[in-house]
Amino acid sequence: MPPETSTSSAGGKEGSSGPSSKKNSKKPKYSKFSQQELPAWKPILTPGWVISIFAFTGIIFIPIGLASLYASEKVVELPFQYDQKCIPSEYSNNAEAYIKSTTTNKTCTATFKVEKTMKSPIYVYYQLTNYFQNHRRYVKSKSEDQLRQKSAEEDTDDCKPEARTPDGQPIVPCGLIAWSLFNDTYKIKVKGKHLKISKKNIAWQSDQTKKFGSDVYPKNFQAGGLIGGAKLNESIPLSGQEDLIVWMRTAALSTFRKLYGKIETDLEANEELSLVIENNYNTYSFGGKKTLVLSTATWIGGKNDFLGLAYIFIGGLSLFFAVCFLLMYLFKPRPLGDPSYLSWNRNPGMIK
Amino acid sequence: MDSNKEAGNSSHFDPALKSSSRRSITSSHSRGSDTVSVREVPLSHSGSKPVRYGSKGADSEGFSMSRKEINDEDARLVYINDPQRTNERFEFSGNSIRTGKYSVITFLPRNLFEQFHRVAYIYFLVIAVLNQLPQLAVFGRGVSILPLAFVLLVTAVKDLFEDWRRHRSDKVENSRLASVLVGEQFEQMKWKDIRVGEIVKIHANETIPCDIVLLSTSDPTGVAYVQTINLDGESNLKTRYAKQETLSKLPETERISGLIKCEKPNRNIYGFQANMEVDQKRLSLGSSNIVLRGCELKNTKWALGVAVYCGGETKAMLNNSGAPSKRSRLETRMNSEIIMLSVFLVALCTVISVCAAVWLKRHNDELDMLPYYRRLNFNDRDKEGEFTNYEYYGWGLEIAFTFLMSVIVFQVMIPISLYISMELVRVGQAYFMIGDNRMYDEASNSRFQCRALNINEDLGQIKYVFSDKTGTLTENKMEFQCASIGGVDYSKTNEIQENELVEYSVEVDGEVLRPKMKVKVNPELLQLSRSRLENDKGKRIHDFFLALAACNTIVPLHVDTSDPKVKLIDYQGESPDEQALAYAAATYGYTLIERTSGHIMIDIQGERHKFNVLGLHEFDSDRKRMSVILGYPDNSVKLLVKGADTSMLSVINKSSNMDRIHATESHLHSYSSLGLRTLVIGMRELNTSEFEQWHQSFEAASSALLGRAAKLRKVASNIENNLCILGASAIEDKLQKGVPESIESLRTAGIQVWVLTGDKQETAISIGYSSKLLTGDMTQIIINSKNKESCRRKLQDALVMSQKLMAASGVANVTETSFAPKIPTALIIDGTSLVHVLDNELEEQLFELASKCSVVLCCRVAPLQKAGIVALVKKRTSDLTLAIGDGANDVSMIQMADVGVGISGQEGRQAVMASDFAMGQFRFLVPLLLVHGHWNYQRLGYMILYNFYRNAVFVLVLFWYVLFTAFSLTTAINEWSSMLFSIVYTALPTIVVGILDKDLSKRTLLNCPQLYRAGQRQEAYNKKLFWITVVDTLWQSIVIFYGAFFAYWGSTIDVASIGDLWTLAVVIVVNIHLAMDVIRWNWIAHVSIWGSIAATFISIMIIDAIPTLPGYWAIFHALGTGSFWLCLLGIIITALLPRFMVKYIYQYYFPDDIQISREAEKVEASRVVVGGDIEMHPIPVGPPRS
Repeated sequence: MPPETSTSSAGGKEGSSGPSSKKNSKKPKYSKFSQQELPAWKPILTPGWVISIFAFTGIIFIPIGLASLYASEKVVELPFQYDQKCIPSEYSNNAEAYIKSTTTNKTCTATFKVEKTMKSPIYVYYQLTNYFQNHRRYVKSKSEDQLRQKSAEEDTDDCKPEARTPDGQPIVPCGLIAWSLFNDTYKIKVKGKHLKISKKNIAWQSDQTKKFGSDVYPKNFQAGGLIGGAKLNESIPLSGQEDLIVWMRTAALSTFRKLYGKIETDLEANEELSLVIENNYNTYSFGGKKTLVLSTATWIGGKNDFLGLAYIFIGGLSLFFAVCFLLMYLFKPRPLGDPSYLSWNRNPGMIK
Repeated sequence: MDSNKEAGNSSHFDPALKSSSRRSITSSHSRGSDTVSVREVPLSHSGSKPVRYGSKGADSEGFSMSRKEINDEDARLVYINDPQRTNERFEFSGNSIRTGKYSVITFLPRNLFEQFHRVAYIYFLVIAVLNQLPQLAVFGRGVSILPLAFVLLVTAVKDLFEDWRRHRSDKVENSRLASVLVGEQFEQMKWKDIRVGEIVKIHANETIPCDIVLLSTSDPTGVAYVQTINLDGESNLKTRYAKQETLSKLPETERISGLIKCEKPNRNIYGFQANMEVDQKRLSLGSSNIVLRGCELKNTKWALGVAVYCGGETKAMLNNSGAPSKRSRLETRMNSEIIMLSVFLVALCTVISVCAAVWLKRHNDELDMLPYYRRLNFNDRDKEGEFTNYEYYGWGLEIAFTFLMSVIVFQVMIPISLYISMELVRVGQAYFMIGDNRMYDEASNSRFQCRALNINEDLGQIKYVFSDKTGTLTENKMEFQCASIGGVDYSKTNEIQENELVEYSVEVDGEVLRPKMKVKVNPELLQLSRSRLENDKGKRIHDFFLALAACNTIVPLHVDTSDPKVKLIDYQGESPDEQALAYAAATYGYTLIERTSGHIMIDIQGERHKFNVLGLHEFDSDRKRMSVILGYPDNSVKLLVKGADTSMLSVINKSSNMDRIHATESHLHSYSSLGLRTLVIGMRELNTSEFEQWHQSFEAASSALLGRAAKLRKVASNIENNLCILGASAIEDKLQKGVPESIESLRTAGIQVWVLTGDKQETAISIGYSSKLLTGDMTQIIINSKNKESCRRKLQDALVMSQKLMAASGVANVTETSFAPKIPTALIIDGTSLVHVLDNELEEQLFELASKCSVVLCCRVAPLQKAGIVALVKKRTSDLTLAIGDGANDVSMIQMADVGVGISGQEGRQAVMASDFAMGQFRFLVPLLLVHGHWNYQRLGYMILYNFYRNAVFVLVLFWYVLFTAFSLTTAINEWSSMLFSIVYTALPTIVVGILDKDLSKRTLLNCPQLYRAGQRQEAYNKKLFWITVVDTLWQSIVIFYGAFFAYWGSTIDVASIGDLWTLAVVIVVNIHLAMDVIRWNWIAHVSIWGSIAATFISIMIIDAIPTLPGYWAIFHALGTGSFWLCLLGIIITALLPRFMVKYIYQYYFPDDIQISREAEKVEASRVVVGGDIEMHPIPVGPPRS
């Protein structure tokens, strides 16, 4: 190891270095940092570590998976798909005409049974499929400023093609998102009695206070030739229009649920629910399904077996690998840092 | 017509290299052509009129083709002392210099222009511009420019700072003062105001402000001594001459006028051609008449000169450009992967466009009314009363837009941040290389220097090292070792007295003069020389040392010491051999005290004697000897000659003293086999007629207009014959410290070391042995042929032989010698053979042969041949080459090789200026390559792959999402996050790892040079790793995307929340991915990795706290749900599990050398406590030097 000694190669040279060289020596200052000798932890993937990590992952993941599955199982979910059911049989081949017509009766009733006891709060969702609320044209078509403050009423540049009425008046709230506001309504009766579906606090508090102005009132909304969805009560400021706020938090995926309301009473098992659905919203043109969902919630959210199953699967796999590696280690161990494994010791004649 | 030939030959060479053959030849002063040593010798007994003698005065003309007229168009006309007229027709540049690149106004455009030379920047600019088009605006306008702006800004600030420093030093330089002739008087003037044509007066120790042609000096013969340390770093004094015709013209007495016609400014600092018309006489000027800017005047009271080149046109400034920029191998290889990524990017975009096309076609009927598409704008009718389309430009254009938009969205696939991180990482690596204590040279007080910042990683993949010998392997500090005088060898007792350094001092006028260097002496010889015996033996010793003291061109300088009575004699000369001999002579009592024009003063054992130097024949490479004609105080005239043994033995009078000659020859042989440089000294007494004859022919030759050099050479050869041999001197060219061990290490590391030297074959071989390059068991193939045919034959024979050897040792090798990569064969080839080989098709054979040999030694090579050899290897292999050298003759080789290393040693800064890295000692090459090179390569290789991976994961997550947004290029991940991803969320850890992570400790790397081969095998960056990374990237992106996708399918999740989840997941996964590969966890690694993750959380929170962004408060809602955390944890573990597993299996069951050494390091560390020191392998010990 020749250069090990190099640092001590001091002035063996006569005459060349005068006495002044000591003073302004350019010798780099020694520090652990500059010599790259900072104390460091140098982990190595030893079999012990790896087997324990896999085992540990398994041991952690399986219980979490089980817990999530259990939580998911506890959620009671009552889906009711009504898009086809609520089309009168004479329109069944021409659902679009039915839904577009202003004369047809859109009310539709149905009954279904509560299979398990549902503890309050019970969330009422509508679920749409094949609806690309995440489409770029759609997502962009709104005006954050206009929603937030009255003074930005004219700020409709991003809202095309629902920015202004044909005579140039700004639409508030403008844009495709607001324009296509979902407008089916649900009423639920239990034993002939109306079940109150609370529409309060269904939107995010943060949206209500910061994103939707309390001084911004709907204006020229759905007034044009083409009605896209629900109309808004012009006397309620946007911050109070919770349906709109929920709708405008655009869904990430093309199958999504949105909160319609909450039921604050428990539902007993085997109770018959009768639904009165106002089927106004046109998803027929693009084959979207509409489902009304009643669901309870747990810590994991709604019903979702995927996470639990995935956790159990990964956990199981980890345990399996832990065992595999353990066996491999027992049958074919390799001493760590054994120089005889070095390539130049293994096949000495090797060229390059 | 030899001089013609020489001039013709030399024109092939790069002029800057002309000085170079100087030290390549055994004998002392081979500085061939450019030094001029015209001496003016007042001959005391032949009249008092100063006559100029010199053998080399013509050489400058030989070079500067004095016979060829300088064309008027190519010439610059300088009217002496008439700057108005000079500058009338052409505005020659003034003397102010500007090394700064920019001014206030030009900074922005010029800097931007320079920065956009990078293709990657143009790519990002195009994308940013595309994004400004309303149809394509995917991101907000500001957001899309941000990353590029950031990168540009960082670089601009860096450039600005550097330029500011340059401006500052320019200002200092420009306002220095010089005295310039104005009217009749000299006035102080700022440097920047000096104009071409003005007469400048320089006083002793002043720096020359511009290139001036000397007119007169304080010396009556017109000699001026200058130190060129600022120019080429050579600290010895050089002599420059004023023309005789202008000598007497002093501005105080008469107005000087005249016209200089000189060549256009050029960067050749060793050449100058011009002629001067003074008093209707035409004089030719050469490089000996010009003093260049930056030199210092020494030993001369004043010098007067006329400015011919000023400011930026001075040779010093023209030479100021840095080394040509090189690109690292890794970066070149990286480009192919960048192309791969581009293809990948285009593929992604094509998939999106095709899908979008199909989607648009299939939904064509619905598009008008589709709530989330709404092609028609019902609030706007065109002239026909039809509703207009809303942002719909027809199917074809929509597809095209989709394609362009997807390029914008997926732009980070080509990692812009990689370029800036690489730059930062290299700066960091350079910082550590510079700061490494191991590479600090105490002797010269110099640190390691990184002059090129972009090839750090090449240091880890070097396969060939081309090394200069003198000054690189050896110290270029000549030490007089022993002598053979009159056939008696005075070297035997040497070893006993090894450490006894004797100094000898003389007293002159109450002052003690002492030579600066101490020399080892042979006590017997010392005694003999001091006793001044009157017998034959004593006489010869006397003559021998007198010859050493007199037969040279040394200028003794008297240097003050702290003691006012003591002065040191510093022998300044151009050849280190001469210096060594002069010091040796001084130690034995023959001290050269003074050299003035025409005579020298020598103190012989305390008595001062004055000798007239009647003539001097400079060294030239044909004669390989030099001689002086000395007029002794007793009026006898003697010719003293010293030169290389071969050339001397042929001119020695063989009729008598055969024994002495044979004895000397055998001594010479034994000296040179010890690696000593030998010189033979001879002498002859000239009788009056001989002298007169010589004197006439010499005068005729030196005043000849045509072929002066050749004529002078002929005169010299005529007189240099029939010599009486005095003896031989042996000088040790000391090996630098640690050279044999370093060469051993490099060779164990799988690096082929080639030594290219100008020395003669025997010296080269002996140095080869002493540096362990050659070992006793090696078969030497020696090729030195004078013509092409024999070259070819020899090569073929050698090839056949090496094949035989290979076959023979192939079997033996495996079992016996552990890791000699090649059969031990040494190829030794000399310059003349190389001329034939490099010129024609024999190249291929030479390379084939050379690649079979473990050692290649090229001796007697010219500078350009060195470059030719490097080029030969570079052309035929893809392996990286490194050239290391210290002198001007290594410049071409240093620039030719992939990596050029300059040794900042004795020989000046030419090599350093041309190099990419500079250091003080050859042995630093070992830590440089084996430690820093290895680290740099491992780090950067990993960093590039990681950067590809990191950005690709991100892009793929975006891509998968686009597939579920009706191919409309919505990004769930917030646009700010997408931009911050590569500059904030994930940038710091890769840079920290790129600068600081070490796969192995210094100790291990130095102990096991074999580990270096990992770099040669390209283990840290190759196609296989790239594709593994691609697969891993795909898997991780799928897990990240689909994990969240399935968990949230049909739920109430909104775009912003799932986007935040993906952002966090990607950032944490890529950071932990990096963390898994970090080998040394010091606090900086911890801070940067965990800090980045924390910074991401904070950034997302800040972004989500801005109410105007759509994702307002989303993260806070998400953080409160259990599914978010479950998703995140599950994604991270699942994404990294396969990598973890594969990594373990590879490391444990298929370990590479680096892995095993890492383990050994750890195992060893725990064993050290017990006390057992395990040696990983024995380095094979070479046979003892012969």
